[in-house]
Amino acid sequence: MPRPDSPDDPVVDVRGLRMAYGTNEVLTGVDLTVSAGEVVCLLGPNGAGKTTTIEILEGFRAPSAGTVRVLGKDPMRAGDAWRARVGVVLQSWRDHARWTPRRLLTQLGDYYAPYSTPERPRPYEVGWLLDTVGLTEHADRKIVGLSGGQRRRLDVAVGIIGRPELLFLDEPTAGFDPQARRDFHDLVHRLSDLEGTTILLTTHDLAEAEKLADRILILAGGRIVADGSADELGRQVAGRSEVRWACGAERFVHPTDDVVAFVRRLFEQHGGELTDLEVRRASLEDTYLAMVQRFESGARTRPVLEEVVR
Amino acid sequence: MNPTRHAIGLGLRRGWTEFLQSVRSPQDQGFYLFTAVGTVLLLWFNRDNEIGDSGIFYPTYALPSILGALVAFGVVIGPAFALAMEREDGTLLRHKALPHGMQGYVTGQLTYHSLSLLPSLLTILVPSLLLFDGLMSGGAAGWLTVAWVVVLGLLATLPLGMVLGSVVPGTQKVGTWGMLPILVLTAISGIFFPLQALWGWVQGLAQVFPVYWIGLGLRSAFLPDAAVTLEVGDSWRTGLTVLVLAAWAVAGALVTPRVLRRMARRQSGSTVEAAREASLQWVR
Repeated sequence: MPRPDSPDDPVVDVRGLRMAYGTNEVLTGVDLTVSAGEVVCLLGPNGAGKTTTIEILEGFRAPSAGTVRVLGKDPMRAGDAWRARVGVVLQSWRDHARWTPRRLLTQLGDYYAPYSTPERPRPYEVGWLLDTVGLTEHADRKIVGLSGGQRRRLDVAVGIIGRPELLFLDEPTAGFDPQARRDFHDLVHRLSDLEGTTILLTTHDLAEAEKLADRILILAGGRIVADGSADELGRQVAGRSEVRWACGAERFVHPTDDVVAFVRRLFEQHGGELTDLEVRRASLEDTYLAMVQRFESGARTRPVLEEVVR
Repeated sequence: MNPTRHAIGLGLRRGWTEFLQSVRSPQDQGFYLFTAVGTVLLLWFNRDNEIGDSGIFYPTYALPSILGALVAFGVVIGPAFALAMEREDGTLLRHKALPHGMQGYVTGQLTYHSLSLLPSLLTILVPSLLLFDGLMSGGAAGWLTVAWVVVLGLLATLPLGMVLGSVVPGTQKVGTWGMLPILVLTAISGIFFPLQALWGWVQGLAQVFPVYWIGLGLRSAFLPDAAVTLEVGDSWRTGLTVLVLAAWAVAGALVTPRVLRRMARRQSGSTVEAAREASLQWVR
């Protein structure tokens, strides 16, 4: 039964999602929810099923089993009004070579015009959008002449032209230089803060995930093995903090799972001789690698224990 | 605002934009020029060849058939290539991600490929009319016939191109799956030599497909009445021409949306990515 979605309903709600290509099981039971306004990042090793998950949520691929609700609807059955509320940033490569960014955005954006409402006018004004993604200078040049980074920015612009309530980005910054990456992060923050856009993205760049996401999901072996903010994930992985100190002329490094107790002992033992002290929390990269590793070794030796990991 | 009608309007505008971009592109201008120069030269070198002792010379006799071949070829191979390519490069997927985007996309394709017939026909027709005498025997009525045969022929063959572009596994396969059958079909359709010169079963086969009828319709418009003796049954068979082309058009209108929908359903980011990787492999 379709029902009007209330603001409290999750924007994305997935239960027991499974996907198999022939006998190859890519997703073995994914559960995930994304609330309105959240920025959620899907991390995972290659082949973990990130792209498959995103494509199912976009309605571009039918799942083998499980329930999927996106903006209150089943993406495979949702109509064009639903489509108008969802933005997808695609990785295209040579399409519309003869068009200019301005012409293309004007043409594609116009499809959203019938879905404009007073609260949410659609589409964005093309000049403003070109400026926002930093393409004003190239707005009237042929797309075939754009650099890789400029093309990706155009892809982002096409994805958000309809002023989506929910935006999907599959590895949006692959091939960006540092400046383009910084600009893109600013844009994501702006969309999230000013427009309240709910954003689900995949990436391989852990620093990016940490910077952008309110919440990080780690997908490994076809299911979500971790769910939380970067800090929360860091805390879940024990023995990751590193304490460095100097005692006289000597310097020491020691990993510990209980920083407070360890440091207290340090003070008790050395007291005034301590000349330098530094505590380093596990980076997201450490956390991520530890979690994927833990999952993969666990999965390999004791597949029954998968439930415990979650 | 009705979104479907709105999308169709956008598709028309898309087709028009693509058409303008095409006629402004040196690559496409080169293609039109190449076809036109080749055809006109062929006619020019055969300008004194009389067909039998009918008093009709080769340019007069061949031109309508060549134009017919161009219609069939252009609107089958053109859309087939475009569709196969745009499936791979993500153009189609972009439209799939839009509300009513596929309707707009298909409208755009139909518009663009229909418009593209104009330069391809005109670049041959205009110089031919200037160079050769007695091309058009039918007068104003003849031109009217040309118009309806082209339009009906377009409706009959364009869906074939769309279906072909939807079912071929990749752009590189359009050549084998599309070009070859169409070339064979054109060869047996009385475009380059009269149908009667072929075996009976080939004649029958040719008359099932629209290419023959487009050529016949155009010959009936251009050629003098005396030339009817060169045709099957000594008749222009105008009624049957309308009937066969209309049947193909109706079949196309019924089948094509289904095939397109099925093809569009299978489009996703990973299919585009896979195509991109395959094409890189191919280039290497």
